[in-house]
Amino acid sequence: MSLFEQIGFLFTSYDIPAAFWVNIQLSFWAAIGALVIGTVLGLMRVSPVPSLRWLGTSYVTLLRNTPLTVIMLFLVLGVWGQLKIELAPDFNTNFFLFAIVGLAIYHAAFVCEAVRSGINTVPLGQAEAARAIGLSFLPAARLVLLPQAVRGAVAPLGNVLIALIKNSTVAAAASVATETSSVMKTMIEFNGNMTVLIFMIFALGYVILVVPIGLLTTWGSRRLAVSR
Amino acid sequence: MTTEQTPEHAPEQTPAPSTSPSPAPSTSQDAPARPLVHLARVNKHFGSLHVLRDIDLDVAKGEVVVVIGPSGSGKSTLCRAINRLETIDDGVIELDGKPLPAEGKELARLRSDVGMVFQSFNLFAHRSILENVTLGPIKVRKVKPKEAKEQAMALLERVGVASQADKMPAQLSGGQQQRVAIARALAMRPKVILFDEPTSALDPEMVNEVLDVMVALAKEGMTMIVVTHEMGFARKAADRVVFMSDGQIVEQADPESFFTNPQSGRARDFLGKILTH
Repeated sequence: MSLFEQIGFLFTSYDIPAAFWVNIQLSFWAAIGALVIGTVLGLMRVSPVPSLRWLGTSYVTLLRNTPLTVIMLFLVLGVWGQLKIELAPDFNTNFFLFAIVGLAIYHAAFVCEAVRSGINTVPLGQAEAARAIGLSFLPAARLVLLPQAVRGAVAPLGNVLIALIKNSTVAAAASVATETSSVMKTMIEFNGNMTVLIFMIFALGYVILVVPIGLLTTWGSRRLAVSR
Repeated sequence: MTTEQTPEHAPEQTPAPSTSPSPAPSTSQDAPARPLVHLARVNKHFGSLHVLRDIDLDVAKGEVVVVIGPSGSGKSTLCRAINRLETIDDGVIELDGKPLPAEGKELARLRSDVGMVFQSFNLFAHRSILENVTLGPIKVRKVKPKEAKEQAMALLERVGVASQADKMPAQLSGGQQQRVAIARALAMRPKVILFDEPTSALDPEMVNEVLDVMVALAKEGMTMIVVTHEMGFARKAADRVVFMSDGQIVEQADPESFFTNPQSGRARDFLGKILTH
């Protein structure tokens, strides 16, 4: 078989785009979850309430320093297997949702740090001026701090998103069998003579997914610049 | 005229503000006798540094108090403590008879009644000049946007920057930014405005445009506490000059007496250093 025939064979025998689509879906929902949880955590870490700050710091310390595979296995074997907590009656949907949860709570710790570093780029006087006109913590954060923090947070958030997309392959550990790395393993198992080619296809797939995000965040952080 | 280092209203130990006699010099007939801003035995430390020592200060409605003193004397800290941008270790700070709340919504409400003008302007960098002035009224006072905009334009007109309303803060000169900051404070209809060295970060040629606005405000009867090095402003607009040194109020008097006949050695020394040229 020529190279082109090999590629044609692989793409007709296996639905590679569908595998990528699974990872895109995982990443999309996990990114939204991570962004929401991470922003809340970031605000907790700069809030005036010591117990909230402590909670935020503890979360980051625990989740950031735990391997994602361990979190995924814990969710599937511990939360589902032992504690019998089910997110959906359907077997595959259940694991799919657990994978999203695992990705979201893990990356929330990194989002938190990105948000916090963004907030740190906003001069203290901005928060003081917001408080001085009578805005309490949350309105001050929403109207004054976060809009300016986004600019400083966009680039690190882009890095988190890139890591998240690639880490979505760890969903294999949460028994999501349709995602890319699982499909890739199956393909290699049955087509050992095309291993290099199969690797290249998946590597290229991820490069195509991730490169636009890097470009987008660079453009975004320039676009959102606040002149002082 | 107050010349001694000891506070002259020492018996005011118990919180009975409506009956206690006010030592403030310019109490009008219709206003109640209690001071608008009342500080008693206020202390604050930064680590081992005692930045505020037993501060007693009363400011009556409509009074303009200028706080001067060498750098590091605690005057900025005092100013910032009045709307709790700095916490204090002990003592009492009351606004209109009510003690400062520690945190949360109550504190936010109090702050909305106390205007603040910062040394570095601190205009919201991501919002237009107009939005800087309307943000507080709309979000805190719940004024309708259209109404808030009209009021804001009137205030910007008053401070002479109405033509810049749609620009961003960074596009304005320092003097213009500070005048916008004053308009932003006024938009909340505050009971008192605190000025924390409002002209110290300005280029010399812009100092007067800001001081002119402040003098006009003082003439209109706004209650003001002004930390400044501008002796000209103190002479022109102050009802009382408070001289601070090493975290203490050393001396307070009307501007004429203070500048021509300071009572304490430290005040004489300070004035000697700044008034010789």
